[in-house]
Amino acid sequence: MVSFQFNGEVREVPEKTDLTRMIELFTLPPKRVAIEVNGEVVRRAQWSFVFVNPQDKIEVVHFVGGG
Amino acid sequence: MGDSFQLADTTFSSRLIIGTGKYRSYDEMKAAHTASGAEMVTVAVNRVPLDGSSESFLDHLDPKMKILPNTAGCYDADHALRTARLAREALDTEWIKLEVIGDPVTLLPDNEQTLEAARVLVKEGFIVLPYFSDDLIMAKKLLDAGCPAVMPLAAPIGSGMGVQNPSNLRIMREQLPDATIIVDAGVGVPSDAAIAMELGADAILMNTAIAESRDPAQMATAMNLAVQAGRLAYLSGRMPKRLYASASSPIEGAIK
Repeated sequence: MVSFQFNGEVREVPEKTDLTRMIELFTLPPKRVAIEVNGEVVRRAQWSFVFVNPQDKIEVVHFVGGG
Repeated sequence: MGDSFQLADTTFSSRLIIGTGKYRSYDEMKAAHTASGAEMVTVAVNRVPLDGSSESFLDHLDPKMKILPNTAGCYDADHALRTARLAREALDTEWIKLEVIGDPVTLLPDNEQTLEAARVLVKEGFIVLPYFSDDLIMAKKLLDAGCPAVMPLAAPIGSGMGVQNPSNLRIMREQLPDATIIVDAGVGVPSDAAIAMELGADAILMNTAIAESRDPAQMATAMNLAVQAGRLAYLSGRMPKRLYASASSPIEGAIK
């Protein structure tokens, strides 16, 4: 298993999990979200080519009410 | 009203921009949005909950509304840049309300970090609408950086205090006649919005004043009317203020 920081919490995924699969594993909404890996945005078209590595800091964001 | 308002490549007929936070229910929010006549709403970028409980907030917005993501909650330029880039990727929009806060108690903006972030974001192709303290020099710097509008506060976020420094707004309007000035934050009641517009603001951005009222839809209607009233008054030109009275009826010819 690969242990990483996911939205500030420690989480694990199987080895060779790409970002598309990661979203599925955590049943996160696939649309109108964005992913940042170690401070850099990963474009949606690249999700399937970027794998979760140990110690990665990954943020997935969506939109909420705000002013 | 045929007095439209241009921002970057978009023309708005409403000069009221409103937020989506603090509403008691989605139904109340939707009713308020409709009543406000606004064509653009702000949203915040936030971590997706990992327990699968997230729901799509955006589905609750009128699809006709232009969505303006913000960088709320950012305390330095770097965080604001990351948030803006995530928002662009998620929403496929270049528009960003840039907000870099300097202090958690007052939520006053950090103008220095805001300017730093604005310069980078403009270079990256963003349409940057910066929230900042009502300071003429900072407004000039933000405009020089390439922001299509500046968004000075009227009072601290969510305070409802109204325009605390009308002289600053007036000076900004007079010294920057061609700039688009959107008053963002601090409006509490419609008269506050009207005052800001009478001083020459091009538009108003507000959230709490509507969302925290007892009847948000009705308050949104009131704000819509106040923004229009203030705009018309500004265009009409106010009468001069005088220390002493000036009779409205003729003095000559009154019976003695």
